[in-house]
Amino acid sequence: MSAFQETELRVAPPVEKGYRDPSFVPIIEPGHTFDSITEKISNIVLEMNTPRWWFGAMLVGSCFAVGLLFALTVLVFKGIGIWGNNQPTGWAWDITNFVWWIGIGHAGTLISAILFLLKQEWRNSINRFSEAMTIFAVMCAGMFPIFHTGRPWLAYWLFPLPNTMGVWPQFKSPLVWDVFAVSTYFTLSLVYWYIGMVPDLGTLRDRTRKPLLQKVYGFLSLGWRGSTRHWSRYETAYLLLAGLCTPLVLSVHSVVSMDFAVGIVPGWHSTIFPPYFVAGAVYSGFALVLTLVIPARRLFNLKDFITQRHIDNMGKVMLATGLIVSYSYCFEAFFGLVYAGNKYEHFMMMNRMFGPYATFYWILILCNVITPQFLWWRKIRNNTIVLFVISIVVNIGMWLERFEIIAVSLTRDFLPSSWGYFKPTIFDMLTFAGTLGFFLVMMLLFMRTMPMIPMYELKMLLPAARPAGHPEQGSFEEEVVSA
Amino acid sequence: MKHKKEYPIYGVMAEFDSPTAIMLAAQKARDAGYRVMDAYTPFPIEEVSEAVGFQRKHNKVALACLIGGILGGTGGYTLASCAAGVWFPLNIAGRPFIPWPMFIPVTFESTILIAGLSAAIGMLVMNGLPAPYHPVFNVPGFSLATNDRFFLCIEARDPKYDEGAVTEFLNSLNPTEVTRVEG
Repeated sequence: MSAFQETELRVAPPVEKGYRDPSFVPIIEPGHTFDSITEKISNIVLEMNTPRWWFGAMLVGSCFAVGLLFALTVLVFKGIGIWGNNQPTGWAWDITNFVWWIGIGHAGTLISAILFLLKQEWRNSINRFSEAMTIFAVMCAGMFPIFHTGRPWLAYWLFPLPNTMGVWPQFKSPLVWDVFAVSTYFTLSLVYWYIGMVPDLGTLRDRTRKPLLQKVYGFLSLGWRGSTRHWSRYETAYLLLAGLCTPLVLSVHSVVSMDFAVGIVPGWHSTIFPPYFVAGAVYSGFALVLTLVIPARRLFNLKDFITQRHIDNMGKVMLATGLIVSYSYCFEAFFGLVYAGNKYEHFMMMNRMFGPYATFYWILILCNVITPQFLWWRKIRNNTIVLFVISIVVNIGMWLERFEIIAVSLTRDFLPSSWGYFKPTIFDMLTFAGTLGFFLVMMLLFMRTMPMIPMYELKMLLPAARPAGHPEQGSFEEEVVSA
Repeated sequence: MKHKKEYPIYGVMAEFDSPTAIMLAAQKARDAGYRVMDAYTPFPIEEVSEAVGFQRKHNKVALACLIGGILGGTGGYTLASCAAGVWFPLNIAGRPFIPWPMFIPVTFESTILIAGLSAAIGMLVMNGLPAPYHPVFNVPGFSLATNDRFFLCIEARDPKYDEGAVTEFLNSLNPTEVTRVEG
């Protein structure tokens, strides 16, 4: 087939000093045809025997998820007093976890929407994977504020619904903005993910020989038949959704940051919060994508589609956002200690650096400012094991950052008489670990039942996908060099 | 389906094995005077949709999105204003009941939400999806339309349709196979 011969031309990634220069590594390894892409990706779902490690990981994830169920059940019966929250620490691990999880999700939308608009073709191999990550992360995030209300069965009061009491949500409050932002974010991420998957679900329907699976995937694929008219409208809708998700993703963490910035608490009342939060979100999100993609590409043998180039690019994005976050830390310290001239801000900063939570602050600086500096070296970006470790370290750092912002400011604000201290209880830990388990379970189910790499988008990247006479046809040498 | 009774045969379908082949076939079919036809491909090929007669002006998804966005935006702002200004006004130190800057986040989010849902649902509705049954699924080998084969179907509704002539014409385009599609 012509596809095979043409892709064979994408050759000769030069090997120098024992590693391949990632800028010469193609997005798809040479030798793939339309059929081989379909086969390789759909076989993970349809043909492969479930590997042993999958059951192991599922067992671990499920255990933690059961812990979550237990912790939340106790909470529903006893109230949020089982957490370490107290006066004055009304927000503690719950909101820390909420902000952290929401932030994780941002990388998925960034990869799928912003990089799509920027025509970054390398996004095509990892976008569905990271969109799935977004959706599950937002699910985990949503649990915290809902259960933090203490009476989750009344959580619908957050929405503007007509009721016999004539009470309405306070639309001047960032907490209500947050409800709108997060629920819009979840809904549109889900729609974007699903719409993006419809043609590939059609592929699974057409490939499976099991009648039950044909029905299930046939139902999910909405009867997709690949009509060219459908494709035209489909592409428009996909582009529009990408265009809408781009400002959406920036708005979500901005609104989350306004939950803090609109309050007058020292350390929160700051105009840098929206960009600072968004950069941190993308930073932690890319770190988690790497944490998941590095093992997944090895275990499912997807190195042909998720190449060294992807890993390298994600390392670069992590470095860039890490530098923005580091800049924000410096600016915060400068603002608090030198520029603001406000003694409460000054005290807050000193307290953050040398107070009861100082250890965590310095660990956070180590994780988020020092660690990413290793990513300047291409050799480190190409060493998947080191990169995997760095990505975990960064996520720990980002969690600590959110914790520092909340705990330091709330435990010691204006009046020493109202100071306090926060210590997590076993239920805090069970709940947080439980959401990690829940997330793992959802990711494992996704990888086993859905096409985790978009097949039709990868096919479009093959030179053979462009009909003769197309301006870009046959220019792979150029592509390899310019990419 | 309305045309099912009138036209027991849906059309004639040819199978091709490359994007170039399907593009040329669709263009030739158009030049030969066929108007009611459709191509089925595993991924979008812009040239083919133009050749089968689907112009940019037929694509109304962006319009649906725009209308949704306008409705969502005005709806969100109206909701916030009515809730804070009419249904449940709270006088807090004499501040205005309807401070428009405070309503920007909600207005923005509802614009995005309704615009996005309109684009997605509008696309599905205009495409006639979900459609669990379609005559083209009767063609043996059509399952490859989502893998690596490209199909062109000239439909029986075409004014110039004549089964023998269409089959002969499609055979002249060097397809891998030509099949009659039962309705």
